[in-house]
Amino acid sequence: MDDLRELYQEVILEHNRKPRNFRILADANREADGRNPLCGDEFTLYARVNAEDCVEEVTFQGSGCAISRASASLMTDFLAGKSINEVGTDFDRFHELVTSRPNTPAEIDGLGKLAVFAGVREYPMRVKCASLAWHALRAALDDDGKTAKTE
Amino acid sequence: MTFDVESIRKNFPILETEMRGRPLVYLDSAASAQKPRTVVDAMSDFYLAHYANIHRGVYQLSAEATERYEAVRTKVARFIGAPDSREVVFVRNATEAINLVARTWGEKTIQRGDEIVLTVMEHHANIVPWQMLAERSGATIRVAEISDEGMLDLEGLERLLGPRTKLLAFSAVSNALGTINPVSKLTALARERGITTLVDGAQAVPHQPVDVAALGCDFYVFSGHKVFGPSGVGVLYGRLPLLETMPPFLGGGDMIESVSFEGTSFAPVPQKFEAGTPDIASVIGLGAAIDYLGAIGMDRISAYEQTLLAYATERLEQIPGLRIIGTAKEKAAVVSFVLEDAHPHDIGTMLDDDGIAIRAGHHCAQPLMKRLGVPATARASFAFYNTENEIDRLVAAVQKTRDLFH
Repeated sequence: MDDLRELYQEVILEHNRKPRNFRILADANREADGRNPLCGDEFTLYARVNAEDCVEEVTFQGSGCAISRASASLMTDFLAGKSINEVGTDFDRFHELVTSRPNTPAEIDGLGKLAVFAGVREYPMRVKCASLAWHALRAALDDDGKTAKTE
Repeated sequence: MTFDVESIRKNFPILETEMRGRPLVYLDSAASAQKPRTVVDAMSDFYLAHYANIHRGVYQLSAEATERYEAVRTKVARFIGAPDSREVVFVRNATEAINLVARTWGEKTIQRGDEIVLTVMEHHANIVPWQMLAERSGATIRVAEISDEGMLDLEGLERLLGPRTKLLAFSAVSNALGTINPVSKLTALARERGITTLVDGAQAVPHQPVDVAALGCDFYVFSGHKVFGPSGVGVLYGRLPLLETMPPFLGGGDMIESVSFEGTSFAPVPQKFEAGTPDIASVIGLGAAIDYLGAIGMDRISAYEQTLLAYATERLEQIPGLRIIGTAKEKAAVVSFVLEDAHPHDIGTMLDDDGIAIRAGHHCAQPLMKRLGVPATARASFAFYNTENEIDRLVAAVQKTRDLFH
């Protein structure tokens, strides 16, 4: 139950109930779908990137489990206003966080609220849920309009 | 006679293990069933004391291994009511059996403009091989609809059966919903029109008596691992006249009569379809599983599982915000459900934490999920080794999930 509490922290449950930026972004210039074929999670990520490569706004739509939904919600909040390069660094940090070995100190520097996803390390089956929105966003920023898959 | 589930459970050592610190509650038998000790013992005894390749050796050990292997064929035939043991072909699993039929009977029979009728509740295994065949041959797939309860629309299905329909393929029992389809009725509709039938019995054979002759189907397939036998073996039943006119599937050893570079003649049925060394020990294990089920009796298994289904349905229905997906009048012991506030994947993780194994996802039936308007469901599937006490633990864990996510 302790691991489970670690996974389903109140922040995650709350973002699942009321996801932020959960809408289509009308003036998006980047967009990509993310799918997790294993469990049917499906999201579309929207982003507006300006001429200086700043990701001004990120939103999402779709359906998925609490982990994938909360992860998308927290990510969209976290990344707004960052440069594409910074988003890349954050992607790597987040990926490292959710895939690092359980029972080791979690590397949460610079991840802010996203640190709540450290609990995912105990549940390898759920890593794909936590990283789905990130993969989709990266696909949207790399080459617009592609579908990101977690497997 | 009461059903002594406690002594049955002792035959399944895995049911005494713990998962995440709690006694394991295994409610995923529709994905794959647990194995009684007798199956594992039969395989290990075969490997340790009787193993040799089959159909080849001039020596006694090989002759005996062949005899044991072929004895299982006879056993399977009797178990599913096949009139002739040559109508039983050993394959890897139900999926391979369907692919075999698509690749052999299908290639020979299906032509451009022909129609293949499926149902929307099929497992991907009974969709994709036909799509691939349709792609190659220029045939069309037509899909029979279901009601919101998950019951086949029989009238609609009958209307789909036209002059170009060559095949009706459907599941005897839906893996995702538990719906029991009226197999004899469907095969009769097809027979009247000269349409060949294939029944996917993967979810039926483990739970009810099956008599393929009485069902009147042309092909019937199932997997060994779902009937409490090992993985790596499955069965294709086909009516003898059909099998005899079908071209071979895989080419190689064991399926030939004679080979020369001028031309090869093939072995008679069923060897024609069993190229290469098969999973001999798994066939032996399947035989042990059938003996085990036979000793309990499929009628009694079915009756007991129906009590579990009724109990689980009644208890789960009482949880606020829970909706059972698939409420057909006749069901196998499968309860698919969704919760208002928690995604099936989260339900799966929450239950796992209590040592309860269920399946969460689309159950390899994406067209069905789409039809029902759900991305996924949580599915508890029962076997005769489950108990009401385990259902109580399931209900408590689902309730806890609901409380956390609400």
